Amino acid sequence: MTLTLDAPRIVQTRALLQVSNVSKTYGPVKALQNVSAHAYPGEVLGIVGESGSGKSTLLRMMNLEETPDQGSYTLDLPDVQGNLFDLDRFARRMLCATRIGIVYQNPHLGLLMKHSSSGNVAERLLVAGERSFAVLRQKATEALDASEFPLERLDAPPAELSGGMQQRVQLAKAIALEPALLLLDEPTTGLDVSVQALVLDTLKRLQQDRKITMVIVSHDLGVIRTLADRVMVMRRGEVVETGLADQIFQDPQHAYTQQLVHAKL
Amino acid sequence: MSLTTLTKPWEAMSYGFLDGSAKRELRRKTLKSVAVPGCQMPYASREVPMARGWGTGGLQVSLTLVNPKTRVKVIDQGADDSVNAASIRRFIARVAGTPTTMDTLEADLIQSRHRIPEEILREDQILVLQVPNPEPLRPVQPNMSIARQMHADADYGRMWLQLYEQIVRSGRVMQGASYPSLVHGRHVMTPSPIPRWDVPKLNMSKHLTILSAGREKRIFAVPPYTRVEPLVFSDVPYKVEEHGHLTCYRSGTKGFFMNEIPQDDGTSTFEVSDSEWGVKAIRKGAGEPVTTGETWYKNGEMPE
Repeated sequence: MTLTLDAPRIVQTRALLQVSNVSKTYGPVKALQNVSAHAYPGEVLGIVGESGSGKSTLLRMMNLEETPDQGSYTLDLPDVQGNLFDLDRFARRMLCATRIGIVYQNPHLGLLMKHSSSGNVAERLLVAGERSFAVLRQKATEALDASEFPLERLDAPPAELSGGMQQRVQLAKAIALEPALLLLDEPTTGLDVSVQALVLDTLKRLQQDRKITMVIVSHDLGVIRTLADRVMVMRRGEVVETGLADQIFQDPQHAYTQQLVHAKL
Repeated sequence: MSLTTLTKPWEAMSYGFLDGSAKRELRRKTLKSVAVPGCQMPYASREVPMARGWGTGGLQVSLTLVNPKTRVKVIDQGADDSVNAASIRRFIARVAGTPTTMDTLEADLIQSRHRIPEEILREDQILVLQVPNPEPLRPVQPNMSIARQMHADADYGRMWLQLYEQIVRSGRVMQGASYPSLVHGRHVMTPSPIPRWDVPKLNMSKHLTILSAGREKRIFAVPPYTRVEPLVFSDVPYKVEEHGHLTCYRSGTKGFFMNEIPQDDGTSTFEVSDSEWGVKAIRKGAGEPVTTGETWYKNGEMPE
């Protein structure tokens, strides 16, 4: 059974992100089957599920890194129209560079490890066309500061930083252009508990200050419970339950969700 | 009609060393590269009796363009008299019967490694530059398939990132030769390892520049009157080497690109890199009648 419950405070607005009936097959494996998801402006949508449930595939599609076999994807932004899966490579790159930010679980996917931390943030601004060194420097510093990155290490390469610091650089890079949508793929996995808490605090503060729409993927229910307004539970490429975070955690309807929640508790 | 009548008589060697199909290939790719300024065109680079890396790309273009009346000049790091320049010049003369010259003004075709002569080239002259590494994106993207996509998308953000990193680490842009430059507002090219001093000479120049990499099998061109803009930040101006105030110890000429010659006492003397320009200055000083052309740089400065 699929239960859909929307928050009363956000149900009256139009969804910023709308993914509809998306399916994807890798050889014999059905990674996603008719999955739909939406997120309202300023909302944090959490996606949980076991490994192989398709949550990261869905997130990569939201970042236009993957194209589904079928389905559509729209963003309700003034200059963005139509099914985004129909965009060509160049248009996808420009859209992702300017309107969508992503933080990967593995910093190697999101960062140039031998370049400076500020350079990593500046790269995003450069792709968007900024050509003033002073402005690049200033905006990179501001973004790193907002991510609570220690500014005395501004030009240290990520290869010399701890895992938590690397995630902060990724976060700074993702928010440098104030994106409409921030995607987080297991942003705290692999970090120790105290660093996890600090990164989550930063994310929470950023979300409150900037009202960025976020989609966070994690198998850690604690992370989802801390950040998400609404939760989508996935299993074997399908959505089994969607609802407000409190409802999902306090009164899970689907047997698999109950199993997940109780396993955590 | 028989096969004998249709085929040309046997010859020990084709004119200009390369056979007809090789020349046709090079001419087609040269035309393509002129049509899309700065875009690298792959071509079937042939074997020539010279090691890869010694100017085989430039040599193939020169051999394709010459006819018995083409006056050829070959320079290596600005010098007409280096072993490599002399060998290539003699080879072209031997296989194509072309006259050769050291005077920039007399030359129809100039093959060069790492320099552009100091005298302004005319519309009827062609400059062929030897290129060791034609891909400007290689330092930032080792995967050449992705690099080609980046060219297609004009995705050059990482080129600027490279400059950003240099300024952050060293306080200034450290890129010396091969300074990445945007051609006709579209493709970024590496203008072969010419010094920064020479890059402004390519901008809106009257002559055709063909850049060829034999080992990498890539050819690209800057047609006459085409914009060539070095990549710079809007607030960090492009700077050439500070040679404008240096004087050549042999010819006394001043305001041109110099070769630094370290001395035993730790100091340096300098001689003008364009050897023929230095020779002209010496002969002029000795009272001989010498024709000199207008130079790109005036008093060590490139006019706006």
